[in-house]
Amino acid sequence: MDIKAYIALSLVLFSIGMVGILMRRNAIIIFMCVELMLNAVNLLLVAFSKMHAVGEAAKALPTVASDAQIFVFFIMVVAAAEVSVGLAIIVMLYRNTHSIDVNFLNRLKN
Amino acid sequence: MNAILFSAIWGVLMMFCGAFVKSKAVPRYIALTGIVLLFAMNAMELNSGLPLFNIDPAEMLRTNSFNLSFLAIVFGATLFYFLLSGSEVEKVGEHVAEYFALMFFVLCGISLMATFNTLLILFIGVEIMSIPLYILTGSDKRNLKSNEASLKYFLMGCFSTGIMLMGITFIYGGNPNGSFYINNIPMGTGDMPVMIATGLIFLLVSMAFKVSAAPFHFWTPDVYDGAPTVFTSFMSTIVKAAGFFAFLRLFEQVFGVMHAQWQMLIVVITAATLLIGNLTAVFQQSVKRMLAYSSIAQAGFMLLALFALNDKAKEGILLYSAAYSLSTIGIFAVLLKMEDYTVDGFNGLAKKQPILALVATIFLLSLTGIPLTAGFQAKFYMLMAAVENGQQFWLVIFAVLMAAVSAYYYFRVIQAMYFKEPGTSSLVNSAGNSGFQALLVVLAILILVLGVYPEFLIGWMYHL
Repeated sequence: MDIKAYIALSLVLFSIGMVGILMRRNAIIIFMCVELMLNAVNLLLVAFSKMHAVGEAAKALPTVASDAQIFVFFIMVVAAAEVSVGLAIIVMLYRNTHSIDVNFLNRLKN
Repeated sequence: MNAILFSAIWGVLMMFCGAFVKSKAVPRYIALTGIVLLFAMNAMELNSGLPLFNIDPAEMLRTNSFNLSFLAIVFGATLFYFLLSGSEVEKVGEHVAEYFALMFFVLCGISLMATFNTLLILFIGVEIMSIPLYILTGSDKRNLKSNEASLKYFLMGCFSTGIMLMGITFIYGGNPNGSFYINNIPMGTGDMPVMIATGLIFLLVSMAFKVSAAPFHFWTPDVYDGAPTVFTSFMSTIVKAAGFFAFLRLFEQVFGVMHAQWQMLIVVITAATLLIGNLTAVFQQSVKRMLAYSSIAQAGFMLLALFALNDKAKEGILLYSAAYSLSTIGIFAVLLKMEDYTVDGFNGLAKKQPILALVATIFLLSLTGIPLTAGFQAKFYMLMAAVENGQQFWLVIFAVLMAAVSAYYYFRVIQAMYFKEPGTSSLVNSAGNSGFQALLVVLAILILVLGVYPEFLIGWMYHL
Protein backbone atom coordinates (compact mmCIF):
# COMPACT_ATOMS: atom_id res chain seq x y z
CA MET A 1 0.00 0.00 0.00
CA ASP A 2 1.17 3.50 -0.67
CA ILE A 3 2.63 5.42 2.27
CA LYS A 4 0.17 8.25 1.57
CA ALA A 5 -2.71 6.04 2.68
CA TYR A 6 -1.04 5.47 6.04
CA ILE A 7 -0.32 9.17 6.44
CA ALA A 8 -3.97 9.98 5.70
CA LEU A 9 -5.27 7.34 8.10
CA SER A 10 -3.12 8.40 11.00
CA LEU A 11 -3.79 12.08 10.39
CA VAL A 12 -7.53 11.33 10.50
CA LEU A 13 -7.11 9.40 13.77
CA PHE A 14 -4.93 12.20 15.14
CA SER A 15 -7.52 14.82 14.23
CA ILE A 16 -10.32 12.80 15.82
CA GLY A 17 -8.27 12.72 19.02
CA MET A 18 -7.47 16.41 18.84
CA VAL A 19 -11.07 17.47 18.21
CA GLY A 20 -12.20 15.17 21.00
CA ILE A 21 -9.85 16.81 23.49
CA LEU A 22 -11.15 20.23 22.55
CA MET A 23 -14.87 19.36 22.37
CA ARG A 24 -15.66 16.65 24.92
CA ARG A 25 -16.35 17.53 28.54
CA ASN A 26 -15.88 14.18 30.26
CA ALA A 27 -12.35 13.78 31.66
CA ILE A 28 -12.19 10.05 30.85
CA ILE A 29 -13.24 10.61 27.24
CA ILE A 30 -10.64 13.37 26.89
CA PHE A 31 -8.15 10.92 28.24
CA MET A 32 -9.10 8.32 25.64
CA CYS A 33 -8.70 10.96 22.94
CA VAL A 34 -5.13 11.60 24.13
CA GLU A 35 -4.43 7.89 23.76
CA LEU A 36 -5.93 7.98 20.28
CA MET A 37 -3.50 10.76 19.34
CA LEU A 38 -0.54 8.79 20.63
CA ASN A 39 -1.64 5.63 18.83
CA ALA A 40 -2.04 7.53 15.58
CA VAL A 41 1.61 8.51 15.99
CA ASN A 42 2.58 4.89 16.70
CA LEU A 43 0.86 3.72 13.55
CA LEU A 44 2.60 6.33 11.43
CA LEU A 45 5.99 5.57 12.97
CA VAL A 46 5.67 1.89 12.12
CA ALA A 47 4.53 2.75 8.60
CA PHE A 48 7.51 5.06 8.07
CA SER A 49 9.81 2.43 9.51
CA LYS A 50 8.56 -0.05 6.92
CA MET A 51 8.99 2.60 4.23
CA HIS A 52 12.62 3.22 5.21
CA ALA A 53 13.32 -0.51 5.48
CA VAL A 54 12.74 -1.01 1.74
CA GLY A 55 14.40 2.29 0.82
CA GLU A 56 17.95 3.36 0.09
CA ALA A 57 18.85 4.24 3.67
CA ALA A 58 18.45 0.67 4.92
CA LYS A 59 20.99 -0.62 2.37
CA ALA A 60 23.66 1.60 3.96
CA LEU A 61 22.65 0.97 7.57
CA PRO A 62 20.37 -2.01 8.32
CA THR A 63 19.33 -0.73 11.78
CA VAL A 64 17.56 2.29 10.26
CA ALA A 65 14.13 0.69 10.29
CA SER A 66 14.28 -0.71 13.80
CA ASP A 67 14.94 2.73 15.33
CA ALA A 68 11.35 3.83 14.81
CA GLN A 69 9.95 0.55 16.10
CA ILE A 70 11.94 0.99 19.31
CA PHE A 71 10.61 4.54 19.49
CA VAL A 72 7.09 3.07 19.44
CA PHE A 73 7.90 1.02 22.53
CA PHE A 74 9.14 4.12 24.30
CA ILE A 75 5.91 5.92 23.45
CA MET A 76 3.90 3.02 24.87
CA VAL A 77 5.89 3.03 28.10
CA VAL A 78 5.59 6.78 28.53
CA ALA A 79 1.86 6.66 27.73
CA ALA A 80 1.42 4.04 30.45
CA ALA A 81 3.23 6.27 32.95
CA GLU A 82 1.06 9.20 31.92
CA VAL A 83 -2.11 7.13 32.30
CA SER A 84 -1.21 6.14 35.85
CA VAL A 85 -0.65 9.76 36.85
CA GLY A 86 -3.67 11.01 34.93
CA LEU A 87 -6.11 8.49 36.38
CA ALA A 88 -4.81 9.32 39.86
CA ILE A 89 -5.54 12.99 39.21
CA ILE A 90 -9.05 12.18 37.96
CA VAL A 91 -9.74 10.00 41.02
CA MET A 92 -8.52 12.80 43.28
CA LEU A 93 -10.85 15.21 41.53
CA TYR A 94 -13.78 12.80 41.76
CA ARG A 95 -13.27 12.42 45.53
CA ASN A 96 -13.56 16.17 45.99
CA THR A 97 -16.34 17.05 43.54
CA HIS A 98 -18.13 13.73 42.78
CA SER A 99 -17.94 14.63 39.12
CA ILE A 100 -15.47 14.22 36.28
CA ASP A 101 -17.01 16.89 34.10
CA VAL A 102 -14.36 19.41 33.14
CA ASN A 103 -16.99 22.19 32.93
CA PHE A 104 -17.12 21.91 36.68
CA LEU A 105 -13.64 23.38 36.71
CA ASN A 106 -13.93 27.12 36.43
CA ARG A 107 -12.86 28.33 39.83
CA LEU A 108 -9.60 29.79 38.58
CA LYS A 109 -11.12 32.07 36.01
CA ASN A 110 -11.90 35.03 38.26
CA MET B 1 26.34 12.63 32.19
CA ASN B 2 27.07 13.00 35.89
CA ALA B 3 23.95 15.07 36.37
CA ILE B 4 21.61 12.56 34.69
CA LEU B 5 22.87 9.57 36.66
CA PHE B 6 23.15 11.32 39.95
CA SER B 7 19.79 13.12 39.93
CA ALA B 8 17.98 9.86 39.11
CA ILE B 9 19.83 7.98 41.87
CA TRP B 10 19.16 10.74 44.40
CA GLY B 11 15.49 10.79 43.46
CA VAL B 12 15.19 7.07 44.25
CA LEU B 13 17.10 7.63 47.48
CA MET B 14 14.65 10.34 48.48
CA MET B 15 11.77 7.93 47.87
CA PHE B 16 13.32 5.38 50.24
CA CYS B 17 13.86 8.19 52.68
CA GLY B 18 10.12 8.85 52.52
CA ALA B 19 9.45 5.25 53.52
CA PHE B 20 11.92 5.01 56.39
CA VAL B 21 12.33 8.51 57.85
CA LYS B 22 9.48 9.75 59.98
CA SER B 23 10.78 13.25 60.68
CA LYS B 24 9.64 16.10 58.45
CA ALA B 25 12.86 18.14 58.53
CA VAL B 26 15.33 15.36 57.69
CA PRO B 27 14.26 14.92 54.02
CA ARG B 28 15.00 18.60 53.45
CA TYR B 29 18.58 18.21 54.64
CA ILE B 30 19.06 15.10 52.52
CA ALA B 31 17.69 16.98 49.49
CA LEU B 32 20.03 19.89 50.20
CA THR B 33 23.00 17.52 50.38
CA GLY B 34 21.86 16.02 47.09
CA ILE B 35 21.61 19.30 45.24
CA VAL B 36 25.01 20.45 46.55
CA LEU B 37 26.57 17.19 45.37
CA LEU B 38 24.76 17.48 42.03
CA PHE B 39 26.08 21.00 41.55
CA ALA B 40 29.61 19.93 42.52
CA MET B 41 29.61 16.93 40.17
CA ASN B 42 28.33 19.02 37.30
CA ALA B 43 30.96 21.66 38.03
CA MET B 44 33.64 18.94 37.96
CA GLU B 45 32.47 17.77 34.57
CA LEU B 46 32.32 21.35 33.31
CA ASN B 47 35.83 21.96 34.61
CA SER B 48 37.53 18.87 33.21
CA GLY B 49 35.14 17.84 30.43
CA LEU B 50 35.21 14.26 31.72
CA PRO B 51 32.29 12.49 33.42
CA LEU B 52 32.87 10.39 36.54
CA PHE B 53 31.82 7.18 34.86
CA ASN B 54 32.84 6.31 31.38
CA ILE B 55 29.52 5.30 29.84
CA ASP B 56 29.06 5.16 26.10
CA PRO B 57 25.69 6.81 25.35
CA ALA B 58 25.93 5.77 21.66
CA GLU B 59 25.92 9.44 20.59
CA MET B 60 22.42 9.83 22.02
CA LEU B 61 23.66 12.45 24.46
CA ARG B 62 26.20 15.13 23.83
CA THR B 63 27.78 17.28 26.51
CA ASN B 64 29.68 20.45 25.81
CA SER B 65 30.46 23.52 27.85
CA PHE B 66 27.28 25.25 26.62
CA ASN B 67 24.83 22.74 27.99
CA LEU B 68 26.94 21.95 31.06
CA SER B 69 27.04 25.61 32.02
CA PHE B 70 23.26 25.77 31.54
CA LEU B 71 22.92 22.80 33.90
CA ALA B 72 25.18 24.58 36.39
CA ILE B 73 22.73 27.51 36.33
CA VAL B 74 19.79 25.15 36.83
CA PHE B 75 21.39 23.40 39.79
CA GLY B 76 22.57 26.67 41.31
CA ALA B 77 19.05 28.11 41.08
CA THR B 78 17.59 24.91 42.55
CA LEU B 79 20.08 25.14 45.42
CA PHE B 80 18.86 28.64 46.22
CA TYR B 81 15.27 27.45 45.85
CA PHE B 82 15.79 24.56 48.29
CA LEU B 83 17.54 26.83 50.78
CA LEU B 84 14.93 29.59 50.64
CA SER B 85 11.68 27.68 50.15
CA GLY B 86 12.56 24.17 51.35
CA SER B 87 10.83 24.71 54.67
CA GLU B 88 7.64 25.79 52.83
CA VAL B 89 7.56 22.42 51.03
CA GLU B 90 6.99 20.84 54.43
CA LYS B 91 3.79 22.83 54.83
CA VAL B 92 2.17 21.55 51.62
CA GLY B 93 1.40 18.08 52.88
CA GLU B 94 2.53 14.90 54.57
CA HIS B 95 4.84 13.49 51.93
CA VAL B 96 7.81 15.82 52.10
CA ALA B 97 10.41 13.32 50.93
CA GLU B 98 8.30 12.40 47.91
CA TYR B 99 7.99 16.04 46.84
CA PHE B 100 11.77 16.36 46.88
CA ALA B 101 12.09 13.03 45.06
CA LEU B 102 9.79 14.33 42.31
CA MET B 103 11.87 17.48 42.04
CA PHE B 104 15.02 15.41 41.56
CA PHE B 105 13.25 13.50 38.78
CA VAL B 106 12.36 16.83 37.19
CA LEU B 107 16.05 17.74 37.35
CA CYS B 108 16.89 14.42 35.68
CA GLY B 109 14.48 15.25 32.87
CA ILE B 110 16.04 18.70 32.54
CA SER B 111 19.51 17.15 32.28
CA LEU B 112 18.29 14.93 29.45
CA MET B 113 16.64 17.88 27.69
CA ALA B 114 19.82 19.91 27.94
CA THR B 115 22.10 17.23 26.52
CA PHE B 116 19.90 15.42 23.99
CA ASN B 117 21.38 14.48 20.66
CA THR B 118 18.47 12.49 19.23
CA LEU B 119 14.78 13.31 19.10
CA LEU B 120 14.09 10.19 21.18
CA ILE B 121 16.01 11.61 24.16
CA LEU B 122 14.29 14.96 23.70
CA PHE B 123 10.90 13.25 23.96
CA ILE B 124 11.90 11.17 26.99
CA GLY B 125 13.47 14.18 28.70
CA VAL B 126 10.35 16.29 28.22
CA GLU B 127 8.19 13.52 29.64
CA ILE B 128 10.44 12.80 32.63
CA MET B 129 10.32 16.51 33.36
CA SER B 130 6.55 16.91 32.89
CA ILE B 131 5.04 13.90 34.65
CA PRO B 132 6.40 14.73 38.14
CA LEU B 133 5.21 18.30 37.62
CA TYR B 134 1.60 17.16 37.13
CA ILE B 135 1.83 15.47 40.52
CA LEU B 136 3.48 18.45 42.22
CA THR B 137 0.79 20.77 40.84
CA GLY B 138 -1.93 18.63 42.39
CA SER B 139 -0.08 17.94 45.62
CA ASP B 140 -2.50 20.03 47.69
CA LYS B 141 -5.06 17.24 47.43
CA ARG B 142 -7.96 18.78 49.35
CA ASN B 143 -7.79 22.10 47.52
CA LEU B 144 -10.10 22.25 44.49
CA LYS B 145 -7.99 24.92 42.80
CA SER B 146 -4.94 22.70 43.01
CA ASN B 147 -6.95 19.76 41.60
CA GLU B 148 -8.20 21.83 38.73
CA ALA B 149 -4.73 23.19 37.95
CA SER B 150 -3.31 19.70 37.99
CA LEU B 151 -5.94 18.29 35.60
CA LYS B 152 -5.60 21.25 33.28
CA TYR B 153 -1.82 21.01 33.23
CA PHE B 154 -2.02 17.27 32.66
CA LEU B 155 -4.44 17.48 29.73
CA MET B 156 -2.52 20.33 28.09
CA GLY B 157 0.76 18.49 28.66
CA CYS B 158 -0.55 15.29 27.03
CA PHE B 159 -1.96 17.28 24.15
CA SER B 160 1.36 18.98 23.46
CA THR B 161 3.20 15.67 23.82
CA GLY B 162 0.97 14.18 21.13
CA ILE B 163 1.71 17.11 18.84
CA MET B 164 5.43 16.85 19.50
CA LEU B 165 5.43 13.13 18.68
CA MET B 166 3.58 13.79 15.43
CA GLY B 167 6.25 16.35 14.57
CA ILE B 168 9.08 13.93 15.32
CA THR B 169 7.37 11.26 13.22
CA PHE B 170 7.03 13.55 10.21
CA ILE B 171 10.68 14.56 10.48
CA TYR B 172 11.65 10.88 10.58
CA GLY B 173 9.46 10.15 7.58
CA GLY B 174 10.76 13.10 5.59
CA ASN B 175 14.38 12.32 6.40
CA PRO B 176 15.92 10.15 3.64
CA ASN B 177 18.50 8.83 6.15
CA GLY B 178 15.70 7.47 8.36
CA SER B 179 17.38 8.67 11.54
CA PHE B 180 16.39 10.42 14.75
CA TYR B 181 19.88 11.80 15.37
CA ILE B 182 19.75 15.56 15.12
CA ASN B 183 23.01 15.82 13.19
CA ASN B 184 21.83 13.19 10.73
CA ILE B 185 18.79 15.10 9.51
CA PRO B 186 19.94 16.63 6.25
CA MET B 187 18.80 20.18 5.69
CA GLY B 188 19.52 22.32 2.69
CA THR B 189 19.02 26.01 2.19
CA GLY B 190 16.50 25.30 -0.54
CA ASP B 191 12.76 24.89 -0.03
CA MET B 192 11.75 22.53 2.73
CA PRO B 193 10.22 19.18 1.80
CA VAL B 194 6.55 19.05 2.81
CA MET B 195 7.02 16.42 5.48
CA ILE B 196 9.87 18.31 7.17
CA ALA B 197 7.87 21.53 7.09
CA THR B 198 4.87 19.79 8.68
CA GLY B 199 7.14 18.31 11.33
CA LEU B 200 8.67 21.70 12.03
CA ILE B 201 5.29 23.32 12.57
CA PHE B 202 4.12 20.51 14.87
CA LEU B 203 7.34 20.77 16.91
CA LEU B 204 7.09 24.55 17.05
CA VAL B 205 3.52 24.39 18.37
CA SER B 206 4.34 21.78 20.99
CA MET B 207 7.43 23.62 22.25
CA ALA B 208 5.42 26.86 22.34
CA PHE B 209 2.93 25.03 24.56
CA LYS B 210 5.73 23.90 26.89
CA VAL B 211 7.25 27.37 27.28
CA SER B 212 3.80 29.04 27.31
CA ALA B 213 4.29 31.32 24.32
CA ALA B 214 1.18 33.01 22.94
CA PRO B 215 -1.22 31.90 21.46
CA PHE B 216 -0.57 28.65 23.37
CA HIS B 217 -0.23 30.28 26.78
CA PHE B 218 -3.84 30.08 28.04
CA TRP B 219 -3.16 27.24 30.50
CA THR B 220 -0.30 29.07 32.24
CA PRO B 221 -2.06 31.59 34.53
CA ASP B 222 -4.58 29.02 35.78
CA VAL B 223 -1.95 26.37 36.46
CA TYR B 224 0.54 28.72 38.09
CA ASP B 225 -2.20 30.28 40.18
CA GLY B 226 -3.74 26.97 41.27
CA ALA B 227 -0.57 25.09 42.14
CA PRO B 228 0.84 25.40 45.68
CA THR B 229 2.90 28.61 45.62
CA VAL B 230 6.12 26.89 46.55
CA PHE B 231 5.86 24.65 43.47
CA THR B 232 4.79 27.53 41.24
CA SER B 233 8.12 29.08 42.10
CA PHE B 234 9.90 25.95 40.82
CA MET B 235 7.74 25.52 37.71
CA SER B 236 7.83 29.08 36.52
CA THR B 237 11.61 29.45 36.80
CA ILE B 238 13.80 26.40 36.44
CA VAL B 239 11.42 24.31 34.37
CA LYS B 240 10.58 27.17 32.04
CA ALA B 241 14.25 27.98 31.46
CA ALA B 242 14.89 24.33 30.63
CA GLY B 243 12.03 24.35 28.15
CA PHE B 244 13.60 27.32 26.38
CA PHE B 245 17.01 25.74 26.35
CA ALA B 246 15.67 22.60 24.66
CA PHE B 247 13.62 24.76 22.26
CA LEU B 248 16.72 26.75 21.26
CA ARG B 249 18.94 23.69 20.87
CA LEU B 250 16.36 21.81 18.80
CA PHE B 251 15.68 24.66 16.41
CA GLU B 252 19.31 25.75 16.16
CA GLN B 253 20.80 22.34 15.50
CA VAL B 254 18.07 20.73 13.41
CA PHE B 255 16.50 23.63 11.55
CA GLY B 256 19.23 26.29 11.90
CA VAL B 257 20.23 26.13 8.23
CA MET B 258 16.78 27.06 7.00
CA HIS B 259 16.29 29.73 9.62
CA ALA B 260 15.08 32.29 7.09
CA GLN B 261 12.08 30.13 6.19
CA TRP B 262 10.58 29.88 9.67
CA GLN B 263 11.84 33.13 11.19
CA MET B 264 8.56 34.90 10.43
CA LEU B 265 6.61 32.37 12.53
CA ILE B 266 8.86 33.15 15.50
CA VAL B 267 8.44 36.89 14.92
CA VAL B 268 4.65 36.54 15.14
CA ILE B 269 4.80 34.34 18.25
CA THR B 270 7.31 36.65 19.96
CA ALA B 271 5.31 39.80 19.31
CA ALA B 272 2.06 38.15 20.43
CA THR B 273 3.67 36.77 23.60
CA LEU B 274 5.17 40.12 24.56
CA LEU B 275 1.91 41.93 23.92
CA ILE B 276 -0.47 39.52 25.66
CA GLY B 277 1.82 38.76 28.60
CA ASN B 278 2.50 42.38 29.45
CA LEU B 279 -0.96 43.80 28.84
CA THR B 280 -2.82 41.18 30.88
CA ALA B 281 -0.30 41.38 33.74
CA VAL B 282 -1.21 45.05 34.16
CA PHE B 283 -4.76 44.18 35.24
CA GLN B 284 -3.92 41.55 37.87
CA GLN B 285 -4.63 42.22 41.54
CA SER B 286 -2.97 39.10 42.95
CA VAL B 287 0.82 39.20 42.92
CA LYS B 288 0.95 35.45 42.35
CA ARG B 289 -1.20 35.73 39.24
CA MET B 290 0.74 38.80 38.12
CA LEU B 291 3.95 36.76 38.32
CA ALA B 292 2.29 34.05 36.21
CA TYR B 293 1.55 36.61 33.47
CA SER B 294 4.99 38.15 33.93
CA SER B 295 6.47 34.73 33.21
CA ILE B 296 4.63 34.80 29.86
CA ALA B 297 5.99 38.29 29.24
CA GLN B 298 9.54 37.19 30.07
CA ALA B 299 9.06 34.21 27.75
CA GLY B 300 8.56 36.75 24.98
CA PHE B 301 12.02 38.14 25.64
CA MET B 302 13.56 34.67 25.71
CA LEU B 303 11.94 33.96 22.33
CA LEU B 304 14.14 36.71 20.88
CA ALA B 305 16.98 34.17 21.16
CA LEU B 306 15.13 31.92 18.71
CA PHE B 307 14.49 34.86 16.47
CA ALA B 308 18.18 35.85 16.39
CA LEU B 309 19.77 32.37 16.54
CA ASN B 310 23.41 33.56 16.74
CA ASP B 311 26.21 33.30 19.31
CA LYS B 312 24.97 36.34 21.20
CA ALA B 313 21.60 34.61 21.51
CA LYS B 314 23.25 31.59 23.13
CA GLU B 315 25.03 33.84 25.62
CA GLY B 316 21.76 35.67 26.16
CA ILE B 317 19.75 32.55 26.93
CA LEU B 318 22.27 31.53 29.62
CA LEU B 319 22.22 34.96 31.18
CA TYR B 320 18.44 35.27 30.91
CA SER B 321 17.89 31.87 32.52
CA ALA B 322 20.09 32.85 35.44
CA ALA B 323 18.73 36.38 35.88
CA TYR B 324 15.07 35.42 35.50
CA SER B 325 15.26 32.26 37.65
CA LEU B 326 17.15 33.88 40.51
CA SER B 327 14.97 37.01 40.63
CA THR B 328 11.71 35.05 40.44
CA ILE B 329 12.81 32.52 43.05
CA GLY B 330 13.68 35.44 45.31
CA ILE B 331 10.39 37.26 44.85
CA PHE B 332 8.44 34.02 45.39
CA ALA B 333 10.40 33.37 48.60
CA VAL B 334 9.24 36.78 49.86
CA LEU B 335 5.69 36.17 48.61
CA LEU B 336 5.52 32.86 50.52
CA LYS B 337 6.02 34.78 53.76
CA MET B 338 3.12 37.17 53.07
CA GLU B 339 -0.30 36.78 54.65
CA ASP B 340 -2.13 38.29 51.69
CA TYR B 341 -1.09 37.67 48.08
CA THR B 342 -2.76 40.77 46.64
CA VAL B 343 -0.79 43.94 45.84
CA ASP B 344 -2.50 45.65 48.78
CA GLY B 345 -1.08 42.93 50.99
CA PHE B 346 2.34 44.48 50.41
CA ASN B 347 1.24 47.91 51.71
CA GLY B 348 3.80 49.37 54.07
CA LEU B 349 6.11 46.36 54.10
CA ALA B 350 9.15 48.65 54.14
CA LYS B 351 8.23 50.02 57.55
CA LYS B 352 7.66 46.67 59.21
CA GLN B 353 10.18 44.46 57.41
CA PRO B 354 12.84 46.73 55.85
CA ILE B 355 15.16 43.89 54.76
CA LEU B 356 12.40 41.87 53.05
CA ALA B 357 11.18 45.00 51.26
CA LEU B 358 14.70 45.96 50.13
CA VAL B 359 15.54 42.56 48.62
CA ALA B 360 12.08 42.30 47.04
CA THR B 361 12.74 45.67 45.40
CA ILE B 362 16.03 44.42 43.96
CA PHE B 363 14.34 41.30 42.57
CA LEU B 364 11.54 43.35 41.01
CA LEU B 365 14.03 45.84 39.51
CA SER B 366 15.92 42.91 38.01
CA LEU B 367 12.71 41.52 36.49
CA THR B 368 11.97 44.92 34.99
CA GLY B 369 15.49 45.22 33.61
CA ILE B 370 16.85 48.29 35.39
CA PRO B 371 20.62 48.81 34.90
CA LEU B 372 23.04 47.39 37.48
CA THR B 373 20.87 44.29 37.88
CA ALA B 374 21.23 40.93 36.14
CA GLY B 375 17.87 41.41 34.42
CA PHE B 376 19.20 44.45 32.57
CA GLN B 377 22.21 42.57 31.20
CA ALA B 378 19.99 39.66 30.19
CA LYS B 379 17.58 41.88 28.27
CA PHE B 380 20.53 43.81 26.78
CA TYR B 381 22.14 40.62 25.42
CA MET B 382 18.82 39.46 23.95
CA LEU B 383 18.20 42.78 22.23
CA MET B 384 21.79 42.92 20.99
CA ALA B 385 21.41 39.42 19.53
CA ALA B 386 18.22 40.53 17.77
CA VAL B 387 19.91 43.66 16.40
CA GLU B 388 22.91 41.67 15.15
CA ASN B 389 20.50 39.41 13.31
CA GLY B 390 19.75 42.44 11.17
CA GLN B 391 16.12 41.74 10.26
CA GLN B 392 12.75 42.92 11.54
CA PHE B 393 14.20 45.81 13.53
CA TRP B 394 10.71 46.86 14.65
CA LEU B 395 10.57 43.79 16.89
CA VAL B 396 13.46 45.16 18.96
CA ILE B 397 11.71 48.50 19.42
CA PHE B 398 8.49 46.71 20.27
CA ALA B 399 10.29 44.60 22.90
CA VAL B 400 11.75 47.72 24.52
CA LEU B 401 8.31 49.34 24.63
CA MET B 402 6.85 46.22 26.24
CA ALA B 403 9.64 46.23 28.83
CA ALA B 404 8.52 49.76 29.68
CA VAL B 405 4.94 48.48 30.14
CA SER B 406 6.26 45.79 32.47
CA ALA B 407 7.71 48.50 34.71
CA TYR B 408 4.13 49.51 35.58
CA TYR B 409 3.08 46.28 37.24
CA TYR B 410 6.43 45.57 38.90
CA PHE B 411 6.70 49.10 40.28
CA ARG B 412 3.17 48.94 41.64
CA VAL B 413 4.42 46.40 44.19
CA ILE B 414 7.44 48.55 45.06
CA GLN B 415 5.15 51.55 45.47
CA ALA B 416 2.87 49.56 47.77
CA MET B 417 5.83 48.53 49.90
CA TYR B 418 7.40 51.97 50.28
CA PHE B 419 4.73 54.64 49.84
CA LYS B 420 1.62 53.20 51.46
CA GLU B 421 0.66 52.89 55.07
CA PRO B 422 0.47 49.41 56.55
CA GLY B 423 -2.96 48.10 57.54
CA THR B 424 -3.80 46.95 61.01
CA SER B 425 -3.50 43.21 60.32
CA SER B 426 -0.10 41.55 60.38
CA LEU B 427 1.66 41.63 57.02
CA VAL B 428 3.73 38.50 57.19
CA ASN B 429 3.04 35.11 58.73
CA SER B 430 6.70 34.92 59.71
CA ALA B 431 9.59 37.06 58.61
CA GLY B 432 11.81 33.98 58.58
CA ASN B 433 14.83 33.58 60.77
CA SER B 434 18.00 35.60 60.30
CA GLY B 435 19.50 32.83 58.14
CA PHE B 436 16.63 33.18 55.67
CA GLN B 437 17.06 36.95 55.47
CA ALA B 438 20.84 36.63 55.09
CA LEU B 439 20.28 34.21 52.18
CA LEU B 440 17.92 36.64 50.50
CA VAL B 441 20.59 39.34 50.81
CA VAL B 442 23.18 36.98 49.30
CA LEU B 443 20.83 36.27 46.39
CA ALA B 444 20.26 40.00 45.86
CA ILE B 445 24.02 40.65 45.89
CA LEU B 446 24.50 37.84 43.36
CA ILE B 447 21.94 39.50 41.08
CA LEU B 448 23.77 42.82 41.38
CA VAL B 449 27.15 41.16 40.69
CA LEU B 450 25.74 39.49 37.57
CA GLY B 451 24.41 42.87 36.52
CA VAL B 452 27.84 44.46 36.65
CA TYR B 453 29.96 41.56 35.56
CA PRO B 454 28.00 39.12 33.34
CA GLU B 455 31.18 37.74 31.74
CA PHE B 456 31.59 35.77 34.94
CA LEU B 457 28.75 33.52 33.76
CA ILE B 458 29.24 33.68 30.01
CA GLY B 459 32.93 32.81 30.29
CA TRP B 460 31.95 29.27 31.25
CA MET B 461 30.22 28.78 27.92
CA TYR B 462 33.59 28.99 26.12
CA HIS B 463 35.45 27.12 28.80
CA LEU B 464 36.00 23.75 27.11
